[in-house]
Amino acid sequence: MGEFAAENTKYTETELKKRIGRSRQMERPFCLSRVAGCEHIVAAAVDDERWLFKNIYMPQGAIEIENLSKEYPYGFLHLKKKKSLEDLSMQVEEGEVFGFLGPNGAGKSTTIKLLMRLIFPTAGTARILGKPIDDVSMHASIGYLPEQPYFYDYLTAYEVLDYFARFHNLKADDRAARVEAMLKKVGLDTAKKIQLRKYSKGMLQRVGLAQAILHEPKVVVLDEPMSGLDPLGRREVRDIILDLKREGRTVLFSTHVLSDAEMLCDRVGVIVGGKLRGIGAPGELVDIKAQGMEILFELSGPAQNLPLLEKATRTGDRYRVQLPESELYTALDALKDAGGRVLSVAQIKPTLEEYFMYLVEADRAQASAVEVSGK
Amino acid sequence: MRNVPTVAANTFREAVRDRVLYNLVFFALMMIGAAILVGQISIGIERDVIISLGLTAISVVGIFIAIFLGVALVSKEMDKRTLYALLAKPVKRWEFLLGKFVGLVMTLTVNTAAMAAGVYIALWSVNRAWQPSDIYILTAMYLILLKLALIVALALLFSCFTTPFLAILFTAGVYVAGLFASDLRTVHGVEVDPGALRLVRGISYLLPNFENFNVMGAVVHGRSVPFALVWQATLYGLLYTTIVLTGAAIVFSRRNLK
Repeated sequence: MGEFAAENTKYTETELKKRIGRSRQMERPFCLSRVAGCEHIVAAAVDDERWLFKNIYMPQGAIEIENLSKEYPYGFLHLKKKKSLEDLSMQVEEGEVFGFLGPNGAGKSTTIKLLMRLIFPTAGTARILGKPIDDVSMHASIGYLPEQPYFYDYLTAYEVLDYFARFHNLKADDRAARVEAMLKKVGLDTAKKIQLRKYSKGMLQRVGLAQAILHEPKVVVLDEPMSGLDPLGRREVRDIILDLKREGRTVLFSTHVLSDAEMLCDRVGVIVGGKLRGIGAPGELVDIKAQGMEILFELSGPAQNLPLLEKATRTGDRYRVQLPESELYTALDALKDAGGRVLSVAQIKPTLEEYFMYLVEADRAQASAVEVSGK
Repeated sequence: MRNVPTVAANTFREAVRDRVLYNLVFFALMMIGAAILVGQISIGIERDVIISLGLTAISVVGIFIAIFLGVALVSKEMDKRTLYALLAKPVKRWEFLLGKFVGLVMTLTVNTAAMAAGVYIALWSVNRAWQPSDIYILTAMYLILLKLALIVALALLFSCFTTPFLAILFTAGVYVAGLFASDLRTVHGVEVDPGALRLVRGISYLLPNFENFNVMGAVVHGRSVPFALVWQATLYGLLYTTIVLTGAAIVFSRRNLK
């Protein structure tokens, strides 16, 4: 049972729960189960007999997912079930850009649709900005771009944005100003009076992005935002995502384009086969899977007895050899004895793409092993 | 609830831009043709023919729009995924559904009102005079609208859990069965099994009785429509529509959108 300091008095979790239960006003509601076991300070003050609790230094997850699973029934009588997402638990912190990576059918869109309440989980829960996802009022603070968005083709870009803005209770003047500004931001101000049936895929993607951020949401969820865009459009979307980050908004986006994720994301989550296989900063993830060391060296004369040469690749006068970290110093000693000159020693860091492929291949190998053992 | 008018207005705009109201041109041409024709071939029954033809056309065209557009209201949005961005806004699913329903009923109201005006113009062109009983054409129009609203609700309900094609079949099937609801209640005969008879009668009470909204016979022959009949039909229509819409909202609120 955790203990919490409040006004220089220590309370057990049970006592604190009782006191919070009595409080009529809390600055920021928080989940006690998350506090338990953590060392964050919970301060309390008495103000006209009302208890005010502040969760100081408490990291607030903008998106919190706990054991989320989704199964789809299939077959003639829907008796068989296919797991689309399995026991997903993760958290996206406030103000970060989080990249959700995975191959087609991995469960990225399923997760996002679950968060948007477009589909319902078989098990598990999720919260956005501290509110459960089935709380519709929470949607006022989030923006969502669906994958391959499609809008009412009988409306113009201006009309469709105005329509969506109406659901956010914006006054007519404010609405008009925001719609105009957003059309300019996504580069559609010159095409705003054209019906969407005449729009290209890339233009629809821009409309989708505009409607997602029109109301200045705190959390923005983008499903494949780069899809269908030309290089210029991709760059513009990247700039918009960076703008959102600068404004302190939380961004969760799914993508296949790993270079975008590496460039934009504070953290990424890799999902393969419906399971989260890795999560962390792009740099951390590839460090974890560091594949050894690489030595670049030159030899002043012939060195027939150097075993290292068997593994080395020669380019001109230079040799390049890759070896496990445990063999590094032995190899360096051997090079020194042979009169070699070490030009560089570097850790072999795979790119995010290599890490991604490693996870995908591992999943496929596991799946085929299960299939074989099943037979 | 504040989102309902927004969705309704957009649904109405969609119907207008998709040229749904173009059917009025066909109706206008038909009424002009009928007015010219009955003037030549019928003596003394011009009024009956115009009203009968007008009300039948209003009902048939309305039923087609109610079934086909009613089914498309939600299924088209799900099929084209226009719904995804919308439901990610602070909009409850039942608000969306009710907005779509209200929007289509608005469209049908405009359509029916325009057709009613057409019937009155045709009547004037044939008789060059009004009769007091002509006012009951409006009563018939009102009851047709109630019927159409109920059909839209049924189409919405079916489209929430099945394919558009099946939803059209189910809605049309319930409509046709509902026309015979009164007859089913009075089925009797020595040869019929009493158990089956009870079942048929039970089903007949579950089916919407569309004959409740039919006053065409009285209106065509210039008879008055009792006020009690109007308010009872209103109450019946509103209650049945509310129940069906509630069912649709429950089904739709649990539906996974793929």
